Amino acid sequence: MTGTGWLPVALPVALLAVPLLGALGLVVLPHVLRPVLRAYGLVLSGVTLALAALLVATFDYERPASPQFELDVPWIPGLGLRLHLGIDGISLPLVALTALLTFLCFGYLSWGRARAGEFLRARPRALVFTLLVLEVGMIGTFLALDLLLFFVFFEIVLVPMYFLIGIWGGEGRRAASIKFILYTLLGSVVMLLGLLLIWAQTGTFDIEALAAAHGSGMARSVQILAFVAIGIGLAVKTPMWPLHTWLPDAHTEAPTTGSVLLAGVLLKMGTYGFARIAIPVLPEGALAVAPWLGALAVVGIVYGSLACLAQRDLKRMIAYSSVGHMGFVLLGFATLTPTGINGALFANVAHGLITGLLFFLAGAIKDRYHTADMTALGGGLLATLPRLGSVLTFAAVASLGLPGLAGFWGEMLALLGAFRPADGLPRGLFLTYMVIGGLGAVLTAAYFLVMLSRVTHGRPPPLPAEAEAEAVAEPRVVESLAARPVATLAHRDVRPYELLAWTPLVALILLFGLWPGLLLSLTTPAVHTLLGALP
Amino acid sequence: MTTFPLMAVLLPFVAAFAGLLLSRRPHRPPPASSGARAADRQAGTRAAWIAIIPTAVSAALAAWLAWDRGFAFLNNTGSGAPTGHTYGTIITGGIPISLTLQADNLSALLGVLVTLVALAVQVYSVGYLADDPRYPSYSAFISLFTSAMLLVVYAGDLLVLYVGWEIMGLCSYLLIGHWWEDRGNSRAAVKAFLVTRLGDVGFLFGIFVLGSAAGSFRVADVLAKVPEMSQATLVTATLLLLAGVAGKSAQVPLHTWLPDAMAGPTPISALIHAATMVAAGIFIVARLFPAFLAAPPTMDVLAVLAAVGMLGAALAALAQDDLKRVLAYSTVSQLAYMAGGLAAGSDTAAIFHLVTHGAFKALLFLCAGVVIHHVGSNLMTRMGGLRRELPITFTTMTIGLAALMGIPPASGFFSKDAVIAAMDDAVTAGTLTDAAALLLYGCALATVAVTGAYATRAWLRTFFGRARAVPVPLPEPPPGTAHVVDVTEAPRTMLVPVVLLAVPALLLGLAGGLHMEVGVAAVGVVLALLGAGAVYAFWRMDPLADPARLLGPLRAPCEQAFYVDRGYAALFVRPVLALARLVVRTDDTVVDGAVRGSGRTVRGLAGVLRLAQNGNVQLYVSGLLAGVLLIAVGAVVFT
Repeated sequence: MTGTGWLPVALPVALLAVPLLGALGLVVLPHVLRPVLRAYGLVLSGVTLALAALLVATFDYERPASPQFELDVPWIPGLGLRLHLGIDGISLPLVALTALLTFLCFGYLSWGRARAGEFLRARPRALVFTLLVLEVGMIGTFLALDLLLFFVFFEIVLVPMYFLIGIWGGEGRRAASIKFILYTLLGSVVMLLGLLLIWAQTGTFDIEALAAAHGSGMARSVQILAFVAIGIGLAVKTPMWPLHTWLPDAHTEAPTTGSVLLAGVLLKMGTYGFARIAIPVLPEGALAVAPWLGALAVVGIVYGSLACLAQRDLKRMIAYSSVGHMGFVLLGFATLTPTGINGALFANVAHGLITGLLFFLAGAIKDRYHTADMTALGGGLLATLPRLGSVLTFAAVASLGLPGLAGFWGEMLALLGAFRPADGLPRGLFLTYMVIGGLGAVLTAAYFLVMLSRVTHGRPPPLPAEAEAEAVAEPRVVESLAARPVATLAHRDVRPYELLAWTPLVALILLFGLWPGLLLSLTTPAVHTLLGALP
Repeated sequence: MTTFPLMAVLLPFVAAFAGLLLSRRPHRPPPASSGARAADRQAGTRAAWIAIIPTAVSAALAAWLAWDRGFAFLNNTGSGAPTGHTYGTIITGGIPISLTLQADNLSALLGVLVTLVALAVQVYSVGYLADDPRYPSYSAFISLFTSAMLLVVYAGDLLVLYVGWEIMGLCSYLLIGHWWEDRGNSRAAVKAFLVTRLGDVGFLFGIFVLGSAAGSFRVADVLAKVPEMSQATLVTATLLLLAGVAGKSAQVPLHTWLPDAMAGPTPISALIHAATMVAAGIFIVARLFPAFLAAPPTMDVLAVLAAVGMLGAALAALAQDDLKRVLAYSTVSQLAYMAGGLAAGSDTAAIFHLVTHGAFKALLFLCAGVVIHHVGSNLMTRMGGLRRELPITFTTMTIGLAALMGIPPASGFFSKDAVIAAMDDAVTAGTLTDAAALLLYGCALATVAVTGAYATRAWLRTFFGRARAVPVPLPEPPPGTAHVVDVTEAPRTMLVPVVLLAVPALLLGLAGGLHMEVGVAAVGVVLALLGAGAVYAFWRMDPLADPARLLGPLRAPCEQAFYVDRGYAALFVRPVLALARLVVRTDDTVVDGAVRGSGRTVRGLAGVLRLAQNGNVQLYVSGLLAGVLLIAVGAVVFT
């Protein structure tokens, strides 16, 4: 245990305990909490965010490579399960990102719908409960330093997300949620087998010890087998081509907050697993599988981009764009170089911020137009809703990887890593990956610009109310009067609560884009440590 | 003074954000129904100040940086240590990125060009877009554009340079698409971004090759390591860099975005064509010139591309009816001159031409803006006889066209002479292969004649002959054309920059030192006058008809710019879109189909299993016993 005083130990526990106790409170005291439900979730996630901020503030930046705020106590001795939590330079940004996005989601829900009088229309208590449990799982995944504990948290996340999509989702929510949970559960089972294989070989679940051992004690074939098994589980979550098909459906049907958390945090858990477990614990396995991983990654980049190019639904397009962006992240990991993995971790965080913002925006558009179909939207968003259009332009430009915004550095470093992959990897192959990835970046720009051109440019179509009035041969006065206020309300520009939810994301995208050193100085030492055993 | 480069970059950058966020604050609700327009105007005024003052200060800083150095780069006098500072490094796990901003002889010279043209464009835009409600965002984007170009110019690290390089692409997208109501403008903006980005990917990889060969991304370190690098590395790196250069500087084969970029407001064309964006490509070759010199195959490629580009674009310019497209193709052609000068081994001649071209092309575009503003159309068939109505514009545009043709004593004469002299030398000596050098020299001379022809044609059709202008219905012009004002000459904010730019366009040539080769210069002037004379003769025959008819059967291909756009659409755009649709279909039927199929299979299997769950207790017990038996046998066998 490092440091003195109670703070180092209490912080990670509190990060988990606050949302967990909050969720329990909803079960124990439903009637007391019902009137203050709106503030309740906001306050709890706010406290969690404050704790995360405290974590960021008290983190020892001199040694980001070693886990800090460690807690290591036996939990279920019979299973060898220990409550081993800790934070290093890799997990710190992700924990902060999770706390921030959850808080923004609560803010979006509580402030926004309150004004319109439709706060959390259906089952508000269940929604707050679901989101809090989700937060426990997400933060726990990033804190866990024990394989089994990691798996437990990894699985906890699935259930609330399933309900989030299945209850509060769109038209086809049932099929989408079932597909989501079956797909990811199946992946998790394979991953569990891989984790158990590691345990069977080394006799420990402790990630720290396993990472320090750098795979000693495991034969190469075992490592490869374990890497493939764990990799499949993580790849489903990431998602990696061709295991991605749950994602578009889940994203399209999920409510805005679900999409934001799904893209912003859940996908990161998959890639985080590569950096935390698969690569440091199984270095030889990683070396053997990396060319395949890289190949699937670049296929994902190009495939995702092409799929986006022909997509008509805005949310679906953003979902497919995640496949492409996660391809860059996986390519970075596949290079097994400090540069590439740094890039992967950076792109991870950047994608969380940018795609989170994009889904917020897509949700805002869907709220107003009741559709996310680009042809139905008809264009001219910059004329009808100039601010929303501007923020959408910003987010799209950030997502296509413009330097000076967060999206660029991760992808650039991933490509740079592929230019000179780790010794022992076929260089020519990775050069090919780099070129394909670069072309994928052009395609990424293409689909985002085409989307912007379709949605924000051009002349706006007539308002629905007017169109209706024109369509009816004998317009009845009462109807058109009734329809008009709805239309004008629906077409209001960015509202204050939306601005509050989006501004932090915009600011962070700019900050990390202009000063990438902030994140890179945090991850670089940790990356060097985790790659210790590789040649 | 070491912080001047940083400040020069940061000021317009901050101004861009301030202009976007603060122009409409404090947000006062409009008092009456007519108040929206008043609020727009107030925001516009505020945005104009926010835009102009930082640019002016940046220009002063750039001028200060260039004061001692003067034209040292052109005269090859004094190496002069760069003025600047390193503001820390960003660790990447591999080669670090160093945040260096500095001004050496080359940067200092170009910094002045960039800031002065940007300042002229900002001032001019105040008048040009006086009634545009979106003026605040427009001026903010120009500020960002200026900042990005200054970052390219002053960067001491290749990746920092790349940041500015790409942000320029974004700014060009935003500004070309300024009138986005028109789908055509939107398409042009997307095209500009995508074509340049395609080149930029190559550029980034070129930086990777150079950087990893030198172990550093710092320009100084890279250049110091050039002698140690292998030929293969250098050729690969420079060819990849050339892709980016072709994209940004609109060289064949990535030139197609520039003529379409005319969809933007005219001042933007001036900015893109003169000081930013297209200048960046030539600049980067000059910046890394030792690396290019050490890679002769790259220079041959550059020479051939330049030769093809300069003549083709000049011929295309001769056939265009849109005044701005004439100037656009002229830019492609003139940039090819600079590229040719670089290929011929003279970076000073190329940069000299870049500077004078910056002055006279900015002047030409701003003049064209005045003309378009006056007539309400881009088409030369709608112009004519304007020299009486627009006397000041007529004078300044004449200076600009004279400089473009290379008529002494205008600036273009001297710089073009320097470039052609360099090409002349390259035929006999230098690194170019003979064929490439001869092709380059021949095309350059032919282009001089064609340049004389298209410049004369534009001049005659715009300012002479009978007035053909049809009054445009005021007050609502269609988007895509400037707002028409009913006065004889343009407002003062537009005329002052025009007149001020005419001075360097006329005199800048004298700055480079008067070491010209009389023979080459004489040939150049005679050729230009020949071209001009031919057009004049055709025009005299029938002043109402287009002198472009002298092209004969070549006219249609020239007007279509040799069908390159159609070829690209057929070769790249449509296949990619088809592929995209294919992917969507595949994703639905094959990849997801496999998932759904396995789901059905599982359900089917479950149906089979369900047969076992038939409620027959005897069956259950038999099953149980069978299981126990299996386990027991297994235990015996395997232990």
